[in-house]
Parts: sequence; C-alpha cells; structure tokens
Amino acid sequence: MLPYVLKRVLSAVPVMIIVAVVIFALLRLTPGDPAAILAGNDATGEQLAQIRESLGLDEPILVQLATWCKNIISGDLGVSLLSGVPVTKMIADRVGPTLALAVGTISVTILVAIPMGIVAAGRLGGYLDRIVMALSVLGFSVPIFVTGYVLIYFFSLKLGWLPVQGYRPPSEGLFPFLQRLVLPVLALSGVYIALVARITRSSIIEVLGEDYIRTARAKGATGRRILLRHALRNAAVPIVTIIGIGIASLITGVVVTESVFNLPGLGRLVVEAVLARDYPVIQGLILLFSFTYILINLVVDILYTVFDPRIRY
Amino acid sequence: MNKQTTRIGKNRLVAAATGAAIALGATSASAETLRVVMQSGLRITDPIMTTAFITRDHGYMIYDTLLGVDSDFNVRPQMADWEVSEDEKTYTFTLRDGLAWHDGAPVTAEDCVASIKRWADIDSTAKPLMTMVDNIEVVDDKSFKVQLNTPTTLLLAGLSKMSSRAPFMMPKRIAETPASESIDEYVGSGPFVFVEEEFQPGIKVAYEKFEEYVPRDEPPSWTAGGKDVKVDRVEWLTMPDQMTAINALQSGEVDFIQQVPFDLLPLVENASDIDVNILDPLGAWTYFRMNWLHSPFDNKLVRQAAIAAVDQEDVMQALVGNPEYYRTCAAIMGCGNVNGDEYGKEWVVEGQIEKAKSLLEEAGYDDTPVVIMAPTDLAMVVPQPIVIGDALRKAGFNVQMKMMDWQTLAAQQGNQDAPSEGGWNIFSTYSILATSGDPFGNTPLSTDGRESWAGWPDVPEISELRLDYAKAASVEEQKEIAKRIQKIAIDEGVVGPLGQFRIPAAWSSEWSGFLESPITLFWNISKED
Repeated sequence: MLPYVLKRVLSAVPVMIIVAVVIFALLRLTPGDPAAILAGNDATGEQLAQIRESLGLDEPILVQLATWCKNIISGDLGVSLLSGVPVTKMIADRVGPTLALAVGTISVTILVAIPMGIVAAGRLGGYLDRIVMALSVLGFSVPIFVTGYVLIYFFSLKLGWLPVQGYRPPSEGLFPFLQRLVLPVLALSGVYIALVARITRSSIIEVLGEDYIRTARAKGATGRRILLRHALRNAAVPIVTIIGIGIASLITGVVVTESVFNLPGLGRLVVEAVLARDYPVIQGLILLFSFTYILINLVVDILYTVFDPRIRY
Repeated sequence: MNKQTTRIGKNRLVAAATGAAIALGATSASAETLRVVMQSGLRITDPIMTTAFITRDHGYMIYDTLLGVDSDFNVRPQMADWEVSEDEKTYTFTLRDGLAWHDGAPVTAEDCVASIKRWADIDSTAKPLMTMVDNIEVVDDKSFKVQLNTPTTLLLAGLSKMSSRAPFMMPKRIAETPASESIDEYVGSGPFVFVEEEFQPGIKVAYEKFEEYVPRDEPPSWTAGGKDVKVDRVEWLTMPDQMTAINALQSGEVDFIQQVPFDLLPLVENASDIDVNILDPLGAWTYFRMNWLHSPFDNKLVRQAAIAAVDQEDVMQALVGNPEYYRTCAAIMGCGNVNGDEYGKEWVVEGQIEKAKSLLEEAGYDDTPVVIMAPTDLAMVVPQPIVIGDALRKAGFNVQMKMMDWQTLAAQQGNQDAPSEGGWNIFSTYSILATSGDPFGNTPLSTDGRESWAGWPDVPEISELRLDYAKAASVEEQKEIAKRIQKIAIDEGVVGPLGQFRIPAAWSSEWSGFLESPITLFWNISKED
C-alpha cells in the first residue's frame, strides 16, 4: 500500500505542472487586461503601458512563466495584481469558511443520506421508499439559492433564531461559528443528501440481488443484519466515490451558497479573481484545487481497499 | 513580484505603528460601529492610480483634500485656504492649523506639493492644468505657491475635484511613488484611519476614527465644511448578493446599504425601521460611444442616425423602471449641473426612427455590420446595448451583438482594430454626474482622435474650446463655452446620451446624519439614543 501511495503522490507532481502551465497559457490567451482594471475607464494607452511595466506584464509570456515557476518552487505564489496582498494570505484567509462549509455539509449528508438510502432500499416499493425518492427529487430540483432564501426568511427574518449572513472563525467562539454555519450547511446539503441517498439506495438494491445475500438469508440472518453487515459494506464503493466527488466539488464550486450567505470562501475568491483577471490569484487557486482533487481521489482509492479487501494496488 | 511582497511586510509595520494606539481603544465592546454594505468590494487601495468609485470612497475616508466643493458648486477651503494675486497668476495656499498625518507627523507644504505632482502625472483634469502651471514652490512649512502662465479656473477646480482621482494629500515619502505604481503605505490625514491588519480585499475594510483630526468649524456640505466623525469605527462589508444585503439590513446585521437595486426597493421602502433616500442629488448619466475610426461611424450622418434612433425612455425603463429615479436628458454635461445644456433635445431624447432612416439613406449606409459590445454581468450596463441594438435594427442598421463580461469589455474598449478584426463599433457605460459637469471631468468630451478616450473622436474645435473653458474668467463665460461644446458634440455625434438616474441608499432608522453628497460620506453620522 505504501509504495502505491508514494507513487500516486509523486504522479501528482507532473499533473500539477501540466495544469499550472495550461492555466498560465489560457489566462494569457483570454481577453482582459489587469492594467485596464487597475487604471480605470479613462486610462490612456501610455498609462496602461506604464502600469503593465510596473506589474511585469510587459515581459514575454515565457519569461513571466519562468518567473512564476521559480517563485512557486520557493513557495511564493506571488501577490494579487490588484490589492498587492500575497496570494497565500488571500487563500489562507478564505479557506476557513469553505472548509467549514464542506465539512459541515458532508457530515450532514453522510448522517442523513446513507440511513435514508438504506431505509429506502430495505423498504423497496413501500411508502418509505417513495417518500425518500420524492424528497431526493425535491433536493435535486430546488436551486440552492431558493432553499437559502426560504431558510433565511423563516429562521432569520421571521423567527430571528439565526443570522442572515456572515462568517465567524471558531477562534471567535464556537457558538457564533456554528450559528452562522447552520443555514448554509442545510441549504447546500439538500442536493448532496438527494444524490448520496439515491446512490446508496441503488447500490444496496443491486447488492441485495447477489448470491451471498441469498446465502445470508438462508443462514437465517435478520433483515437489518443483512442490510448493515453484508449489503452496505459491499455497496460502499460507489457511495464513497460519490462522496469524494462531492467533497471536491464543495471545495471548488460553492459560489452560490457563499454568495447567498455572504461567506468569504474560496468559491467567491475564484469568481472575483477571474472577473478581475487577477492572474496570480487564479493560478494559485487552480494549483490548490488540482492538489485537492488529487488528494481526495487518493483517499477515495485507499478507502476502496478498506471496504472491499478484494481490491489491491 | 518580490517588490510587492516586501511591500506587504512594510505595510504591516506601518499599520502597527500608526494604528495600534487607536485600535486599542476603538475596538472595545462599547465602540460605536457603523456597518455598511458598499456597492462593490475594495481591492485597489491607491485612489490616485485607479478611477474605481469604491477606491475613491476609500480615499475620502482616510485622506483629506486641500479644497472642497459645497452643494452650490462653490470651491471652499478644506485643508488649506488660498490667496490670489491681482494678475490671477499666483495662488498662495496656506495649510490650516492642527493638520496631522495618521502616524503623528504634521502635514507640511512639502507633502502637499509632492501629492499634487503625483496626481498631476495621471489625472485627466490635471494634465491640461499643468500646461498652464509654470512652477509649484514651497514657501514655508505651511504654505506653497502655484505660479500660472495664464489665469485659469482649472487650478481651484482641479484641487477641489470630487470623485475619482481627487487630489488626496499624502506624506511626501508616499507621494513620491510613481503614479503608475500602487502606493505601499496608507497614511493619510483624513478623518478615519485605515485598519490595515483587518483588510480583506473584496470582503471587508475597517476604519477607525482619527482622534487627532480637527474638523473645520463650518457645517458640512458635500466635500467642504467640517468632517465631524461621531462613530468610533466604520466597517465596509462586501455582499455579492444584493438580496442578502437587504435581508441583513432588515435583521439589523448591517446599518447602511450604499446602493439599493431598483427591483429590491419595495422590500425596504415601506419598512418602518428603515429609511430610504437619495444621497447623491446628481446621480449618474449613461451614454453610448461610437467608434470614429471605422465604418460606418466614421461618417457623421450615420452617427447622428444612431443617436436619433435610440429612445432614452426605453433605455431608462429597461435600466431603472421607476420614473421616480430617472429622467431623460440631452445634456452631455448633465441636467442639474451648471453647464448642463440640452441642445438637440428634440431628436436626442425621443427615438426618431424615420429621421434615423433618412439620415442613413443620405449617408449612403451600405449595410456594414455594427458590432455592439454587450456586457452580461454588470447590472448597470446590461440593458443599454440591448435597447440600442433593437433601435438600430428598426432604423435599418445591420446589428451584431457581441456578448462578454464587463472586464473583457473594459479591456476591449481600447482596441483600435477594425470590428471585422476583433474591434468594435458601439459600447455603452455610465459616469457619475458630479465629475461630468465640466469639459475636463467629462471623459467622452476628450476629442483628440487616437489620443483620446475609446471611440477616438477627432474634433479639434472641442479641444480648443476646452482650453478656452479653462482660461475663462467667469462662470458665465464658462457656461457659454460649455453650451458651444454641447452643440458641436451632439451635431458631430461625439457621444449618445441615454438618460440620467439616481440610486437610492437605505439605512436603519436608528442612525441619522447621513449627508447628501455625490460622494458617500461617513462623517456627521450618529446613532440615536
């Protein structure tokens, strides 16, 4: 196992280099000019040229790429072209809300969706199954911003139980931290609960048709034991896969939730950086996201071996 | 890159040195904090380098200006008073007592001269002004002299300029940074101190009251008069979703929203604990620009046809909707401004498709495609190209819409290539009227061909009149020149005015003292007991 993990971690290096170079090139090919954003609407060509020079954007692209790569090797992701703040600081400031949202959402999803899927599979065709399926269709269909606004309307504006927006780090107190996380986690987890519940249900149904389940039944095992000990474990591979994809997309793509609840997370940072053509910030974020994807895939692959000992690397 | 990284380290040291003492007292639990949602997030912090409105507002928080403008458009002393020689060529400015930088050092004439020079290197009003300036010299610690080669009103107008790139005063060591490079220290002498360690670009900015600030005795009026800060702290929060901002105001999590989107106004207008009002009495104007370099808008008659075709009421309905917040207006320098003249109103305001058709016929328009750049992501400029495109099609133009995000458009607007090679024919934007009321602050009235702003109109007569305006001896003479500029600009099709609008602000009724001004000002505001 260890050589496999090492091999996977090492193979991440060329992947990240390729991603870095492709993103660097794509950004330079995309229309847009950070100097124009800095200088404003009425800047003359001469002023733009001076700003480009001061930012180092007048250098040939290959020179810029070489400088960037050299800085990355020394752990320097550069500074934002607009604010002058180091990219590492910007990412560090923004990673907290995103991680909190991702961990909260995945925790709620696992706690709710897997039992829902098991119950639905165990009562295949019954009322519980239909209710679970109906809820999952609802979870898929209602956009997150609608769920978010409805939750805000009832829990914040009508009942006054929870704040409308914002983020407080745990260092400022656990209660204010959790208080501001409840609604975004509830709004966002709806989609993931629907997804994981359906996958859990269908995987278990598929496993329930296997010979070894029939054997377990013939041995007199109870329905609950069959579901939890035999079916769930063997159905775990697709469930773990989908949860892994969920975590990755949570870290990289929760712009709507972050906007509706005003969470200063990485999703918003990506959009802001792209719209402002803030190259160093975009490049730093893409590198981080690539690394996260690779890491999550590795963890998922390792978990396969835990749930299914037949899988060997 | 390395240089900028070093800069941040230095910033922190400066912030620690300048802000620590103040921060200790002001961030206590009893501190009165005004929580504000601004129209966008602050990312660029140098108010001389950029024209972004949010950076301008940041500038008015932490910096002060030598002169201010009151609500009657009179230039007033702010940091300095002035005397003028009999021949009106020598101005002596004297700093008032009690001025200090946030790091405790006194403000000197040397600092102010360095600040004026940095501003003059980049600002569009300052550039023509500097052609009339022979010399700026320090007289002593508290006064400096500006020697002109010809009398001009542009000196006082420039130094009191409101809005983007106002000549904010900075310590000499900071003001010596080239105008094309961002400053790396944020030390001003304004009524608030920038809390640099709390700054999160695009997310949050915090300011604390500058306890040593000595406001003027006169009542506040626009950027003139006393800047009497009555809160301990102001926090600017960025909320990308306007609905969230409204919800936060309703739940008491924020106290003030700088701009309420027109479609969300009904949510706050009737709330008993929220006040809604127009703070900027002038507002903004929107317009479209045609590219003079390429066919078909290299023809004056075709430009006139385009202006005639568009109906301002249609644009304003699509953009604003509620007539309470908009008006049609043909004046390029703005209805409500001293120089606002509505020459051409009869065919500029109301869409005249038949007139446009006959102008096109007279011009011999050959169906050359008209490429309109249309942004999709900035609410204030999304509807205009759609309405313009529709009107132009009705008049007989062959219209091609080119959809893009605003930043792409901002970069593309400087592209002088032919539309068939990636260039453009029309784009639309908006400007605030506070800066558009004279021929220098009004960006579209730059008409020096390829050297001027996007669209590149070449009308030497307007360029000459702008200089005459700067040298005019009286307001009446200036008004007369402005009138002539309006006539030429409309007849030549320099710019197509599309109407004016004002954006309301909303705040919790617990707060009072919000000042009417083209700039959102945070002094004079207090919480009612």
